[in-house]
Amino acid sequence: MKIPILRLGKILLSSIQVDLTDADAMQFQNDLVNKIAEMEALGIVIDITSLEVVDSFMARVINDTAGMARLLGAEVVICGVQPYVAMTLVEMGRDLIGVDCTFNLDQGLEIIKERIGMRGDATMIEGEG
Amino acid sequence: MTTQPTNASERMPILDASDIVRARGVARQVAGRIGFGLADQTRLATAVSELARNVVQYGDDGFCEIADLSDANEMRLGILVEDHGAGIDNIDKAMKDGYSTGGGLGAGLPGTRRLMDEFAIESEPGLTRVSIALVRKRS
Repeated sequence: MKIPILRLGKILLSSIQVDLTDADAMQFQNDLVNKIAEMEALGIVIDITSLEVVDSFMARVINDTAGMARLLGAEVVICGVQPYVAMTLVEMGRDLIGVDCTFNLDQGLEIIKERIGMRGDATMIEGEG
Repeated sequence: MTTQPTNASERMPILDASDIVRARGVARQVAGRIGFGLADQTRLATAVSELARNVVQYGDDGFCEIADLSDANEMRLGILVEDHGAGIDNIDKAMKDGYSTGGGLGAGLPGTRRLMDEFAIESEPGLTRVSIALVRKRS
């Protein structure tokens, strides 16, 4: 199971649509981090609207992936955390620590663009391939 | 304390990582069928995911049994996860946040206990059993 990673200028966009096995999740992390480095992406938006279960393993993969992306120099936003996923994670004592979240993809993209703009390299969003 | 699955139960082998996905899917389905709400379905699916992962990671040759133990007064879903691996040396430690012998976060067991209404664990070399249950009064 390969999770598609789409490119939008200097932003990478990925939507997890299926319940992932642990191996799929690690593969996704690997693919995404490599792609960020390869194209020097400035922003990453990961949509998890369709994820009905985020257990401690998946939470760690998401956290780690965000941390890796930031180390490389990219901004990260997670969007679409389901209310019951949020409840379960917090009840379990887990969190998506330090990762910014938004309700939907629209807001996610907006925040990412804003952040990239604040860094002063906004021109790179448009046009450049 | 230990919930023994009786009637209307579903038993699945837990051998590799794909069984984790299947087990949590079945847990959600059964919970929905019984009448648990979405939040409880998610709690149950997540709990099963944590326990099944422990089996794949530490145990050998385990299974997950999901049983509808509801009666006229309450909805009750009981789940038993059993494996035949090395067992847990120190259960008290394993139940603490952040303790892991397998390079994990050490969040699985304590997290699962917080999600469930009932939680029991017993372990010896060759046999580890975790039983959990979620119980809701019928309104």
